Amino acid sequence: MTVPATVAELVRQFRANGRIVIVGASLAGLRAAEALREEGFTGSLTIIGDEPYEPYDRPPLSKQVLKGWVPADHTTLPRLREVNAQWRLGVTATGLDRAAKQVRLADGEQIPYDRLLIATGTRARQWPNPDEAALDGVYTLRSRDDAAQLQKALAAPPSRVMVIGAGFIGSEVASVCRELDLPVTVVERGSAPLVGALGGVIGEIAAEMQRDHGVDLRCGLGVSSLEGDSGGHVRRAHLSDGTIIDADVVVASLGSIRNVEWLEGAGLASGFWGVGCDAGGRAFDINGVVTDSIYVAGDVARSPHVLYEYQFLAMEHWDNAVLGAEAAAHNMVNLEPHYRPHLLLPGFWSGQFGLNIKSVGVPPFGDEIVFTQGSVKERHFAAAYGRRGRIVAAVTFDHGKWLEYYGKLIEQSGPFPPPPPGWDQPPDMKPIPAEFPQPGVPTAIPDVVLTGHDPSERAAEFRPRRR
Amino acid sequence: MRIAVDLNRCQGYAQCVYLAHKDFRLTGQEALTYEPNPDDERRLQVERAAAACPVQAIVIDRLDGAKGSATS
Ligand SMILES: Cc1cc2nc3c(=O)[nH]c(=O)nc-3n(C[C@H](O)[C@H](O)[C@H](O)COP(=O)(O)OP(=O)(O)OC[C@H]3O[C@@H](n4cnc5c(N)ncnc54)[C@H](O)[C@@H]3O)c2cc1C
Ligand code: SF4
Repeated sequence: MTVPATVAELVRQFRANGRIVIVGASLAGLRAAEALREEGFTGSLTIIGDEPYEPYDRPPLSKQVLKGWVPADHTTLPRLREVNAQWRLGVTATGLDRAAKQVRLADGEQIPYDRLLIATGTRARQWPNPDEAALDGVYTLRSRDDAAQLQKALAAPPSRVMVIGAGFIGSEVASVCRELDLPVTVVERGSAPLVGALGGVIGEIAAEMQRDHGVDLRCGLGVSSLEGDSGGHVRRAHLSDGTIIDADVVVASLGSIRNVEWLEGAGLASGFWGVGCDAGGRAFDINGVVTDSIYVAGDVARSPHVLYEYQFLAMEHWDNAVLGAEAAAHNMVNLEPHYRPHLLLPGFWSGQFGLNIKSVGVPPFGDEIVFTQGSVKERHFAAAYGRRGRIVAAVTFDHGKWLEYYGKLIEQSGPFPPPPPGWDQPPDMKPIPAEFPQPGVPTAIPDVVLTGHDPSERAAEFRPRRR
Repeated sequence: MRIAVDLNRCQGYAQCVYLAHKDFRLTGQEALTYEPNPDDERRLQVERAAAACPVQAIVIDRLDGAKGSATS
């Protein structure tokens, strides 16, 4: 047999009898499994998930579920097809042995694989003081169980809710509180809500929107401690300016942490920012060399994007999980000339205070913003973000139909300010600074250092930083 | 039955609200919320809503009858 014929035969055999293991049984894991079968993979498929539930959808949790319209256990994801997998639910993957090609489970079992997909996503960052985090009435929101518990607490009803952190999830929680007519205080360390994702100009608009809806919004402040009663239930929060706020439900929405700990020691390019991979979902090893058998998708993946100067982007968005999983699955069972990149134009939506906020592209990549359509006063507008004369992102408030127009421009590296869409133009179309905060200084992240002196032995290794 | 809506795609055309108002709702002008687990009795309406969505944003379970812990 010729070499190409041999390779083709190997691929055929792998598709027929190979062993694929997926770690992470949520949106990315499920859609990858379906795509693998769709691609004609008939070998053995194992899906490992530490939650006891079959894959469910998270976006409804902070919206219709919290509101009490839909029970948390009604969010199981629709299936696109049978996957005929061995499901190992309720068991955590604790380690990866790349030499033996095995995933270690918490119950001691080792699951062998030929190809592995890492889809372990992220988890909510907990309130940093463990004793305070353990008080009754203190919540985070990531899982179905979190949503069920928080919904119950909101229905009680509490006398006041305190939301710490005004990112998307914190803002959505605040919005639901107001819809339920609950008094709510939001404390945000930054200058405004959503400032990290959309910048200070849009943040100011979001701040006004929250206040108009009766949110007690306090920006530029932190919560320094939480105080409970003798029964262990949270009662009040102490703010960094000395103010004390009585609240019996506290929601810490402090962002997310990537689930990479189980990969420690596996020699992959994994760490604080996720698992590095190429645009085809193939994981990098610790040296930045692409692996052939390990793939990554969803919130935990981080890959270079052509539109953003090949910067490694981690996108914690629904369609990134779906489309990244499909691309990775395709590449897992195909040969190089047929590899597919995952070059999604990132997008996000959020429903809050009766408004639909959507964005396309990567707003924090821009440094300027210009309002291009509609009216800020009526909270019905579109704005574009630019960097060095190029449009890199756009945001809309109740103006979602126009997002496609901006998306096309971004994909084609269109000019900034963008050509006026010729509809509904505001009188002032002058770009102004978008006011993103300086990127935070990462702390206590394991450092990667180079080892070896001889070029032939140069490699990288983790050196966990000691404080 | 199980459904999900890709709200990145959804453009708030409200066709679904019109055809299956028990399971799809608009909050304000554009923000759609939906029942991810509609009653099987309303399957026909929900399927019509999905078919009518101009951007095909509604994902419907294709494992007919698969229920509860159907981890197939
Ligand atoms: C409340 C909420 C609201 C959201 N709203 C929106 C929205 O409006 N728009 C939008 O675009 N996106 C939204 N998102 C984000 C979206 O839900 C995520 O992008 C998506 O869930 C990512 O899917 P994933 O499969 O990559 O990761 P995840 O959904 O995080 O799934 C990873 C799974 O792996 C499991 N796991 C982790 N480690 C291990 C291990 N070692 N062993 C076994 N299993 C493990 C986890 O428990 C989890 O079940 C929201 C998220 C939340 C939490
Ligand atoms: S019909 Fe489609 S686009 Fe219109 S609101 Fe429903 S899901 Fe959204």
